[in-house]
Amino acid sequence: MASDKPDLGTIIPKNAAFDPALINKLMGKFGHGGFLDMDYVGHGNDWVELAVDWREDLVADPETGILASAVVISLMDNATSLSIWTKLGEFRPQVTMDLRIDYLRPSPSGARVFGRGICYHLTQSIGFVRGFAHNGDPEDPLAHASGTFIRVGDRVS
Amino acid sequence: MTGVRVSGLPPYALALDMMIEGDINGAPVIAMPFADKVQGRPGFLHGGAISGLLEMAAIAAIHNALRTKGSDASIKQVNVTIDFMRGGLGQRTFAVGEVTRLGRTMANVEARAWQNDRDKPIAMGQMHYLIRQPKA
Repeated sequence: MASDKPDLGTIIPKNAAFDPALINKLMGKFGHGGFLDMDYVGHGNDWVELAVDWREDLVADPETGILASAVVISLMDNATSLSIWTKLGEFRPQVTMDLRIDYLRPSPSGARVFGRGICYHLTQSIGFVRGFAHNGDPEDPLAHASGTFIRVGDRVS
Repeated sequence: MTGVRVSGLPPYALALDMMIEGDINGAPVIAMPFADKVQGRPGFLHGGAISGLLEMAAIAAIHNALRTKGSDASIKQVNVTIDFMRGGLGQRTFAVGEVTRLGRTMANVEARAWQNDRDKPIAMGQMHYLIRQPKA
């Protein structure tokens, strides 16, 4: 398993236990996720891709229409969080410990933004994640993300 | 890298009802009310909304620092690292940025978000910005 490359293709999930599309109907349609209106796009064994449509009230600069960078953070937060449960095959309570975003280029006016979260390692307590955001072509990323989530509730208070 | 407006809060901040509420050492304090649109897991703030508040505070702090220097340079964000320290409760949240270094080509900023007690931050952000000097 450790030698497997991250699943960046469009493979059909093998684990039916955790369904990120179903969970996104909660995480992406209510609260802050609902405000941004996150759509489920696809997933593999260890990754989940979500997307947000460009909207006038989500821009950082009305003159250019460039999307606020915080939208990318929220998108990557949700996508990476979902990638952990997807890899695990089940839900476990967790919170974001830290998240780093490198902004390679702006997300232009009118463009839908996609966020792919990948869980590359899991321990009893920590989910290690990375990911990237793009405007439709994964080969042309606009941001890279990396971070960690910590399990809470039953193990860590 | 994301461009930002020179003054005032951008549409994204206004959409989340953020407002400027006073300042600390000249850096504007940004306040964000709790509402469903900033909620993550039930009863708590979403990490992305906290991050957005931190970024707004950081940008406001740089603009203040540039103004103080008499500079009309523009900025572009290069990256951000957010540490989440405490769950954000269902109440008003504040954030302020501190420019730790403002050079000719880049700025280092640290931003802090808190609720009841500024000495107990719920999250902190470290940001790097590119400074773009206006063409002579």
